[in-house]
Amino acid sequence: MDSVKLYFKYLKLSIESQLQYKASFVMMSIGHFLMTFVDFLGLWVLFERFGNINGFTFEEAALFYGMVHIAFAITESWTRGFDTFPNLVRTGEFDRILLRPRTTVLQVLGHDIHLMRIGRFSQGLIVLVWAVCKLNIKWSLGKVLLLIGAIIGGNFLFSGFIVLQATLSFWSVQSLEIINSFTHGGVQASQYPLSIYRKWFRKILIYIIPLATINYFPAINILENNDLLNYPNWIGWISPFVGLLFFILSLFAWRIGVKHYTSTGN
Amino acid sequence: MRAYLSIIKIRFNLLLQYRVAAIAGIITQFFFGMIFVMVLHGFYSSTSKPMPINFHSAATYIWIGQAMLGMMPWNGDKEIQSLIRTGDVTYELIRPIDLYDYWFARAFALRTAPTFLRAIPLFTMALLLPKDYGMILPPNIFAFLAWIVTTFGALLISCTITNIINITTLYSISGEGIIRLLSAIVNLFSGLVVPLPLFPDKIRQILYLLPFNGLLNIPARFFTGDIPFNKLINYFGFQLIWAFILYVLGKWILKKKIKNIIVQGG
Repeated sequence: MDSVKLYFKYLKLSIESQLQYKASFVMMSIGHFLMTFVDFLGLWVLFERFGNINGFTFEEAALFYGMVHIAFAITESWTRGFDTFPNLVRTGEFDRILLRPRTTVLQVLGHDIHLMRIGRFSQGLIVLVWAVCKLNIKWSLGKVLLLIGAIIGGNFLFSGFIVLQATLSFWSVQSLEIINSFTHGGVQASQYPLSIYRKWFRKILIYIIPLATINYFPAINILENNDLLNYPNWIGWISPFVGLLFFILSLFAWRIGVKHYTSTGN
Repeated sequence: MRAYLSIIKIRFNLLLQYRVAAIAGIITQFFFGMIFVMVLHGFYSSTSKPMPINFHSAATYIWIGQAMLGMMPWNGDKEIQSLIRTGDVTYELIRPIDLYDYWFARAFALRTAPTFLRAIPLFTMALLLPKDYGMILPPNIFAFLAWIVTTFGALLISCTITNIINITTLYSISGEGIIRLLSAIVNLFSGLVVPLPLFPDKIRQILYLLPFNGLLNIPARFFTGDIPFNKLINYFGFQLIWAFILYVLGKWILKKKIKNIIVQGG
């Protein structure tokens, strides 16, 4: 409980400090909004030209798009401390964190909370709301919960990747951007229905970078589309938990990494 | 002139040292290329309408874009940006050479050395892929030659845009927002995300007039033979005119800014 209180204290301080430079904050957020919006323009261009992809319409793809971007935006803001973690190792700052009587996860999370990602978040939200208005979805309480659950699951999945990336920096600080390309490439890949990909790539998106579990399968259930690729119907209802599971596993990996840590000195 | 040539040489050799970064880049670009090509494959197999370019041209276009990504003006010179941030840019002003041309020479090395490291492995990989995803060879030797010539044109445009990015850092220290926005625009308008011929007809006509057209669209379409060899003079001329306009523009902004530059502290 004490930790939660402390985290909110970190959060409050971080927000206050970022709002010190209001104009800069607003500019950065708008820039970020437009920057991520370019992805959506690319999606629009392709649908404008081709009409549909494997029977999926632009509005349906917009639902995939909105879900994955909101999830990733949440991840980018609250796991920023892990994203920039290699700097803490390089500067030796991590030693200080180890000395304090609180968990490393809490402190690294509290180290940096990135508000600017509100740009991607609001962009994803606008696209999602637009898609939901355009699509004729028969809403039920279950579906609303599934949509929220899928976004939260997605957030945990991406966060798990960021934690794994930080964990790798205990061994090497080079070529970390490979994981980065998995997350960004994963966002890119999730904007389109899973069924367009070849079997081997689908398997990657289900079992290795399990983005389909937090995007495609739940979305298919929300749309009541039957394009399930021979997977059972219930899978979409429980698959968002995969994200949470992945995050928990990444925290175990993190603990191993911390044990392995040797300081750079000074 | 000799001074600038040796700057290019020194920087080029220095940048060739970043081999690990190159490997990470190759994997990232390969991953992204695969996703883009598979998405295009999905779109092309969902329609029977005639398209401005066929699938193999589009896939080749995407692979050229990924292989030549290092040549795209998607970021500035990090060292120059940090010189500006710290105020050390004053040393640059003392040098007995033209500041714009000096930065231009650095940009030239920045846009060529990493590309040399990445392009050859990526082209090899893309050519070895199964026909459904891979790139195709140019139809004849002239198409290949035209690609080489227009790639040089693209390089000139890219360096002038890179230099404008460098110069904007002088205007706003936290220019990161603007730079990111610009890189997003370059991504979309050069055809890196979606090949330009696939854009809606009216938008396409405008995009064909912009300098970004010269970065990827023109070389890639000479390579695939979409633009016939006898048009080479027109398109290369288009690139040179834009490079010249951007060169003059960059020089002018820099001169204007340098007149009233204030360096904080010492």
